[in-house]
Amino acid sequence: MRIELVKRKEHSQAMALLSPLIAVALTALAAAIIFLISGHNPLEALYKFFIEPLTQQWSLEATIDKATPLILIGCGLAVCYLSNNWNIGAEGQFVVGAIFGSVLPVLFPSFENVATLPLMLLFGAIGGALWALIPALLKTRFNTNEILTSLMLVYVAGLLLDYLVRGPWRDPGGYNFPESRIFSDAATLPEVFGGTMSLSAPITIVVAVVLAVVLAKTLKGFEIRVMGESPRAGSFAGFSAKGLTIFSFALAGALAGLAGTMEVSGALNQLLPSISPGYGFTAIIVAFLGRLNPIGIIIAGFVLALSYIGGEGVQSAMGVSNEIASVIQGLLLFFVLACDTLILYRIRITGQRASTGEASHV
Amino acid sequence: MFEAVLLTVITAATPLLIAAVGELVVERSGVLNLGVEGMMIMGAVIGFAVANQTGSGTLGVFAAVGAGMAMSALFAVLVLFLVANQVATGLALTILGIGFSGMIGEAFIGVPGLDLPQLYIPVLSEIPFIGPVFFQQDALVYISFALVALVAYGLFRTRVGLVLRAVGDNHGSAHALGYSVVKIRFMAILFGGACAGLAGAYLSLAYTPQWVENMTAGRGWIALALVVFSSWLPLRVVVGAYLFGAVSVLNLHAQALEFDIPSQLLSSLPYLATIVVLVLISANRRLTLVNTPACLGKPFVPDR
Repeated sequence: MRIELVKRKEHSQAMALLSPLIAVALTALAAAIIFLISGHNPLEALYKFFIEPLTQQWSLEATIDKATPLILIGCGLAVCYLSNNWNIGAEGQFVVGAIFGSVLPVLFPSFENVATLPLMLLFGAIGGALWALIPALLKTRFNTNEILTSLMLVYVAGLLLDYLVRGPWRDPGGYNFPESRIFSDAATLPEVFGGTMSLSAPITIVVAVVLAVVLAKTLKGFEIRVMGESPRAGSFAGFSAKGLTIFSFALAGALAGLAGTMEVSGALNQLLPSISPGYGFTAIIVAFLGRLNPIGIIIAGFVLALSYIGGEGVQSAMGVSNEIASVIQGLLLFFVLACDTLILYRIRITGQRASTGEASHV
Repeated sequence: MFEAVLLTVITAATPLLIAAVGELVVERSGVLNLGVEGMMIMGAVIGFAVANQTGSGTLGVFAAVGAGMAMSALFAVLVLFLVANQVATGLALTILGIGFSGMIGEAFIGVPGLDLPQLYIPVLSEIPFIGPVFFQQDALVYISFALVALVAYGLFRTRVGLVLRAVGDNHGSAHALGYSVVKIRFMAILFGGACAGLAGAYLSLAYTPQWVENMTAGRGWIALALVVFSSWLPLRVVVGAYLFGAVSVLNLHAQALEFDIPSQLLSSLPYLATIVVLVLISANRRLTLVNTPACLGKPFVPDR
């Protein structure tokens, strides 16, 4: 008996919708096995991990707060991956965006008016875009591999932030703690819906929906998809691969930078040596789980945000290591990629006799 | 002083060298495994854990090699049998490795580790200067050089190496000639995993004999860049690894000399140097095009 992959004539639409669901189910199964091995009741742990965060208002809001940066970054990454540009440095673009967005509240704390917040968000987007343009320009100008350069810049961005909050941007009245001054009210994203959620959630949803329309209905969206699937065909249509590399990196960087600024302005209220629990990397999983489609990414962002909250939940309630969250995230990406095979291929199980019979025809 | 600097360069370069040589073989077979970082950190934590539990550094090293291979097998199944996207699968391997290692390593944080013993090569180790630097190292340093020699010879002087390069350059033709592309690539990926695991063991058993979360700190990615730097030639990996080893210990020695440079700037030098080197190499199109395996990163599904 052997297992063969048989190429489908066209993409299976059903599988495209089904494969993320199968992947989530397989991940839950694998997680149950890990819980069991580490000596915990798997059903209780799964409930605490995936379900309990949805049952209370505070944890639901916390999940949305975590989902927001993931969705925003994931949307930008989807545009990159659709057009075959492998930007894996969103974590660095998030950090540099946060630094740029913090220039006003940290260096000009007395600049407090209605323009403060919009300017901060604008600066954040510009900062993230500039950081993302480095690997993009190196790719278009020198043909340098963007995977490695964008990733290296993550480490550089982290060290830059570390330098700033320990050095020139340290709070003068902060007893030498490595943190910037606390942002004033004018530099803080307002809360919405009477809860603890900041304005970042509605902004993110608007961005995702606009991007979904752009991708599905406009020429730019068509260009992105064509250049990803067949760069040769795209170049005959007059699309520029280099132009698209720069566009997609700049967009992804801007969205990551915006997310970074909203994180420091809405959630942290100051700059710290570390401002992200790996949002930029988790967003890669979000982009793939969401089928590189902004609406799918909204759902996927929510699922991955659950893993952060659920991870904290099982840690405090059952003493499971908090690292279980990143294990589950990694497993999820694995299963998503494995299940995606089903979209392009059919799996055929053939008996040994049948396959030797075929061979004799050849 | 110079002797001491050289010693730290060797310890910084060895893990890079081992991981990069392994990845070079993988890429020569036409597969791009971006999961070096994940396999390396699993090697580091498993190597440390086993050495700690059994009291044997040797067992730790073997366990680390096994861990790297197990991780790479996972990758191989996805990209070879399920034809998954190699870039994304490699990333998944890294994310998974960092998560798993953190979970396993939680029990070992702050636990004193086991340092691999130095092996003194008789006679040679007594040569002044050269002796202490090159012939009083732990076994893995010697193994790293043996690996380079083995890979350089194997790839370019043996039949197996010729077939492996053929698979990497034109998998269609290799398949038509009757070679099993999938089997050969599987072997190459396992070799790369073993090397990455070994490199991880070096970090947690020799470089800093302890377990620190995320202790690979991007070295797996730098190893990937070294393969590009070497334009897929094993001997050039040695040059690259030692160059990067030197850059990464600058931080250590600059602090001792009390230069007035922010430590973060010095820490970021290896990453910045990687970018500069990648730009210089890739701007030279002739150098890269001649040696780049033509099928690197391309999926292969055999026609039946």
